Amino acid sequence: MSFTHKHILGIEQLAKEDIQLILDTADSFKEINSRDIKKVPTLRGKTIINAFFEASTRTRLSFEIAGKRLSADTVNISGSTSSVVKGETLEDTAKNIEAMAPDIIVIRHAHSGAPHYLAERVGCSVVNAGDGAHEHPSQALLDLLTMREHKGDIEGLEVAIVGDITHSRVARSDIYALTRMGARVRVCGPGTMLPIGIERLGNVEVFTDMREAIKDADVVMMLRIQMERQSNVMIPSLREYARFYGLNPTNLQLAKPDAIVMHPGPMNRGVEISSVVADGPQNVILDQVENGVAVRMALLYLVSGVESMQTR
Amino acid sequence: MAKAQTAILDKAGIKRAITRIAHEILEYNKGSEKLVLIGIRTGGDHLARLLQSRISEIEGVEVPLGSVDITMYRDDLAARGNLPIGKTDIPFPLDDKHVVLVDDVLYTGRTIRSAMDALMDFGRPSTIQLAVLIDRGHRELPIRADYVGRNVPTAREEDVAVVFDEKKSPFEVRLIKP
Repeated sequence: MSFTHKHILGIEQLAKEDIQLILDTADSFKEINSRDIKKVPTLRGKTIINAFFEASTRTRLSFEIAGKRLSADTVNISGSTSSVVKGETLEDTAKNIEAMAPDIIVIRHAHSGAPHYLAERVGCSVVNAGDGAHEHPSQALLDLLTMREHKGDIEGLEVAIVGDITHSRVARSDIYALTRMGARVRVCGPGTMLPIGIERLGNVEVFTDMREAIKDADVVMMLRIQMERQSNVMIPSLREYARFYGLNPTNLQLAKPDAIVMHPGPMNRGVEISSVVADGPQNVILDQVENGVAVRMALLYLVSGVESMQTR
Repeated sequence: MAKAQTAILDKAGIKRAITRIAHEILEYNKGSEKLVLIGIRTGGDHLARLLQSRISEIEGVEVPLGSVDITMYRDDLAARGNLPIGKTDIPFPLDDKHVVLVDDVLYTGRTIRSAMDALMDFGRPSTIQLAVLIDRGHRELPIRADYVGRNVPTAREEDVAVVFDEKKSPFEVRLIKP
């Protein structure tokens, strides 16, 4: 099985075998992160540009570390300090970046579809690090790697995703990835945060009562209430949201006793997740962060392999 | 058309070669103290396991065993595209150890170069020694084996394959003509 995707724009385009290969590759790379010398020469001489036009700590850091551990040269540009603030269009920015001959552009953008737009206009590989409310493929892949490590197999898992499903690119990518790997997904949130027609994505069940949604679940994934975005108009108050859709030690007991608790971060402690649960024995939140580096190493390695096959 | 294959070493021959190499390793290193075996995946790791059990039969000591996947260190990655990355498993420090690197067939030496680079990332061994079941010649780098099961003169177009059974135990070495 060889990987043929030059760009990683979303999970939607990936087949089950692709996801499997990415997870296996990440699994092999993971060992590097526990060495004293955390660097291998695999992508020596490659240039990776991390173009983050939207705020991010975890993802940008994770991609940067992933590139550096593979010996690529990573360069970061961020929206607030780039020519974007001077009114340059994304296309012009992209053309200018391309003139400096990078091998991979990792892009985070507030607008859905920006990575696709870029991929059509540049010659190098494009990796989506989150675009608007569309997809966040590397997050979904690190979630799957974490589930696989804790649960053995993803097929047959009952995964509850609770929060603002409509505006969550993490939820969308996770739903694609999980259903493709044979898990059953339950999405849950107040009616204002559930997109119409989401059940059509496949093995997805919709709940508005959180207790039903997490009952006997293997995985409970809490999404962040995006206070900086539209969340405040869709819920009456954070207190009310926390009461009905927050994960706490009491409602967590409804899930399977060995259920794992996940959160893509950054967490709003006391809103979607109580501190007791966030720091509790079932949380695997920092495993997710750790696996993020390995998954991103795998993505960078795999897309750059496709690139070199084409130019040969 | 099937390629012509000749068996050049049978199961008993492989076993004798491994036994001799085990004795040579112990003799050269004056015992098994600070000795570790690292097999190169895939093939060398199975042979390293055999060497480990032979050494334990001789000395009564189980020397540490690890395996290394060299894909990340290859010098032809850019040209080869997407090679699957296997697992490297060296769960012990290599500082001040006598590391015996084990591979099935020694050919250009490029695999060994990659493996040595990988080992250096795990520490600073006192020595790195090389044990191979077959040396088929045609080196492209200044590398030689310290322990050799069998020297087999080959043409570049030919191939040498160590065949393993389902239990990952070697049962035959074949010379494959083009």
